[in-house]
Amino acid sequence: MEAMARTDVQLMLDVKAGDERSFELLLRKYRTPLVSFLYRMVRDTGIAEDLAQEVFLRVYRARNEYLPSAKFTTWMFRIATNVALNSVRDNRYRQMNVSIDQTADRGEDEQPGMDLPDRAPIIEQELVARSRSELILRAVHALPEKQRAAVLLHKYQELDYGEIARILECSESALKSLLFRAYETLRGELAPLVGVPKSVKV
Amino acid sequence: MFGNQGNLKRCDELEESLIEYLDGRANPALRAGIENHLAGCAACRTRAEEFLRISVVLDDLPEVSPSPAFDASLRARIAAEPTRHNFWNWLPSPRLVLATAALIAVSVWVASVSHVKTDQADIAAKSAPAEIAKTVPASNEADFRMIRDLPVLENYDVVSKFDALSELPDLPLNVGQQGQKETR
Repeated sequence: MEAMARTDVQLMLDVKAGDERSFELLLRKYRTPLVSFLYRMVRDTGIAEDLAQEVFLRVYRARNEYLPSAKFTTWMFRIATNVALNSVRDNRYRQMNVSIDQTADRGEDEQPGMDLPDRAPIIEQELVARSRSELILRAVHALPEKQRAAVLLHKYQELDYGEIARILECSESALKSLLFRAYETLRGELAPLVGVPKSVKV
Repeated sequence: MFGNQGNLKRCDELEESLIEYLDGRANPALRAGIENHLAGCAACRTRAEEFLRISVVLDDLPEVSPSPAFDASLRARIAAEPTRHNFWNWLPSPRLVLATAALIAVSVWVASVSHVKTDQADIAAKSAPAEIAKTVPASNEADFRMIRDLPVLENYDVVSKFDALSELPDLPLNVGQQGQKETR
């Protein structure tokens, strides 16, 4: 009970002092929020788990240099966000290379994009075919990665604007703009779920 | 779309403040300005309402639990980490600390005992020259005599190597008598 009452910073300082059980407590406390955040970022459970392990490993490796200058969650989610953004960019780079290779294989005479399936979302069909949460997840995942990270950190982690801004390495006003543009995009993507009659007032 | 009063904000000015307002974190002045704008702008009023609804919809996104193998896999990766010690980690257990302290104490004791013996040897070595010193005056005295007689010895050396003297006939030991003869 005493261990559970310790703050995250104290737990991390105990890890620094060599207490492996404190690391176990941090692991139990944050593995689900971390995997959830990373899954919403990369939309692949296997990759999300690998990345979450990478985050915990980095936290463990950095234990000797840990200084309680910021909230533990701010520090951990900064690592997680960097790991996730790198993964997203690496994956996009790989997909771009595959796409270029496929274009080269098709030959010059063939019209590029002719065989691509029509990706225009038909919301009604998707509502039938997919669950509500899958639709929401797709909409979130369609956001540019920095907006996506901003929405996820703002919505699901109890972090204030300053902490999220530090994680994303931007100003607070830039963060608020990121959130505004993300929500503006989600208005369109999730219109069937969020549309309101024009008479509704705030 | 544009506010016609001093404290109303334009629609594009809401970009940096609408989320803050909806979070309930806007200061009173900002809140009043936004509310004035919303009262006069149906588009922004709808936007604000839909933002709130999006926030509610996002609550429906379930959390994702890690697989049962997650912890074991992580522990294996941590166990495979190369061990990095800081200064304090070099003291892993009180038992080892006690053993190390005992070893150091024994080493210090052994070193001090051998040092005492070395000191005694040093004293003995220092006393030896004192004994030798007792003999030194004798040799010094001989040296002093040699130095004192050095002019005589040098004169002897010159005279003994004086060739003209070697050509002289052997003289009787009584030089005085010889001289008397020559004078005659």
